[in-house]
Amino acid sequence: MTLLSLQNMKTNIGQYAVLHDVSIEVPEGGVFVLLGRNGAGKTTTLRSIMGLWQPSPGSVTFRGRDLTGLHTVDIARLGIAFVPENMGIFGGLTVEENMILATAKGTFDPKRLTYIYDLFPALQKFWDKPAWSLSGGQKQMLAVARAIIEPRELILIDEPTKGLAPAIIDNMAAAFREIAQSTTILLVEQNFEFARSLGQNMAVIDDGRIAHAGTMQDFVANSALQDQLLGLSV
Amino acid sequence: MTQISATLSRLGGVYLLPVAVSVIAFILIGAPSSWVTLTVAGLAMGMMIFLMASGLSLVFGLMDVLNFGHSAFVSFGAFIAASVLAWLGGWLGADSIALNMLALMAAFTAAILFGLAAGWFFETVVIRPVYADHLRQILITMGALIVAEQAILAIWGGSPLSVPRPNFLQGSWLIGDVTIEIYRAFAFLLGLAVYIALYAVLNRTRIGLLIRAGVENREMVEALGFRIDRLFIGVFMAGSALASLGGAMWAGYETLITPALGAEMMIVVFIVVIIGGLGSIQGTLLGAILVGLMANYIGFLAPKLALASNMILMMAVLLWRPNGLRPAVK
Ligand SMILES: Nc1ncnc2c1ncn2[C@@H]1O[C@H](COP(=O)(O)OP(=O)(O)O)[C@@H](O)[C@H]1O
Ligand SMILES: [Mg+2]
Repeated sequence: MTLLSLQNMKTNIGQYAVLHDVSIEVPEGGVFVLLGRNGAGKTTTLRSIMGLWQPSPGSVTFRGRDLTGLHTVDIARLGIAFVPENMGIFGGLTVEENMILATAKGTFDPKRLTYIYDLFPALQKFWDKPAWSLSGGQKQMLAVARAIIEPRELILIDEPTKGLAPAIIDNMAAAFREIAQSTTILLVEQNFEFARSLGQNMAVIDDGRIAHAGTMQDFVANSALQDQLLGLSV
Repeated sequence: MTQISATLSRLGGVYLLPVAVSVIAFILIGAPSSWVTLTVAGLAMGMMIFLMASGLSLVFGLMDVLNFGHSAFVSFGAFIAASVLAWLGGWLGADSIALNMLALMAAFTAAILFGLAAGWFFETVVIRPVYADHLRQILITMGALIVAEQAILAIWGGSPLSVPRPNFLQGSWLIGDVTIEIYRAFAFLLGLAVYIALYAVLNRTRIGLLIRAGVENREMVEALGFRIDRLFIGVFMAGSALASLGGAMWAGYETLITPALGAEMMIVVFIVVIIGGLGSIQGTLLGAILVGLMANYIGFLAPKLALASNMILMMAVLLWRPNGLRPAVK
């Protein structure tokens, strides 16, 4: 069952054509990984899904519904959460305020909160601290936790391991595995080790086009293809 | 050195600046009674400027909108309040404090209602088409300021308008050899009350949380499912109403107003917002108090420098802290 489908998506940013032809089918459940070199168009793809850039009409469907032309707010309300590359933490707000902002009604579901604390114990510890005072890894945890403070259908996560220490990346992988039990994750990564341990399905984007799509298992087995598509940077 | 700066920031950091300014002024002025009078005047002026500037700061913080027409709300507020006060002259002069208050409340309410309505109109008709286009924002909002000034000229005429004060705010308190104008104390207290209310809304309510988050990162608030543009019109209207209220209070403070008021206040208000740091209500208060104190101290110590003093203050602050004293975003 396809949850999110991109069909020949093209996106221009101002006068620049950034995405030329992006087609992927994200099935419901599990982790779908989008790989690609720096500047390939990964972030632009996620922002186009979120309505933060305008993709070509009719190119994004979510549960059969056309998302193109919808306001970002309405896309979010369909149950799609976004963890941007820069994390989008509100530094002047406390951890709690960052979290409560992401709830629809301004109140926490205690059970959900326990679930979040179990995933990311550090957040409980720094609950009433301003978010700017968190470390990089804690900020990333906050960004992910904020995205799932209420049940979502799909989470778009942009390079969550960037700049994080290996031990923290391991924590993050465990948390993602847990989250993927109940939510579909579309994960953008350059860290192939991290991505291969999580993803069931994957695609590689290069210069605004999908260069390869398939299962992670097949891709991992094909080292020639990896070299060709991801080059030495991986 | 680092020890000194750590101690200073523990004691209040940039919030110590007004204290430092008034201590230096105390030494330079010499006469304690003049110093008290000037300080009260400076604080009152600062609070009124805060009312005028707070909306501008939030509007810029939330939507990156530069509204050079903002002070039109100030001057209209001043003239509307002046007209209402003149019209209710009988109540103002009455011995009954209740009647005095009623007249004053009527004037303030008229100014606030005007600010709300004009803010709504201005945001919908003038600002909305030029979101995210700073050059056109500057041109169109400056144009609006000129139109507003001409409208005031057409409605109220060009000669200075004198503003009656209610009886109970006339005169001064004499404490020893210190005189404190009652209207100034009143302006300070009213401004302080508005600041506290604004602070509470921003820090204790869900709307306030959305505003603070939106000032930091509008896109992210929208990605979380909340419409900033719908919030923005509310903030714009509230900011315009506060500016009109500030203008109304200013009219009673100056007791003589001219149509040039808007253009004069525009400069002051922008300086305050830039000094304080765009998008921060605490910063705006700090900037406004500094400007109010400096204007009064320098006006007393070196009257010829009075006009330049605000600009000097702004340049000094920007050289020291390019984002203002207390910017909203960390
Ligand atoms: N705001 C922008 N304006 C112009 N070009 C942009 C903008 N953002 C990204 N691009 C260009 O689009 C291409 C893809 O960028 P991006 O999607 O950020 O890549 P990735 O996330 O894969 O590193 C790059 O060539 C980048 O220079
Ligand atoms: Mg990117």
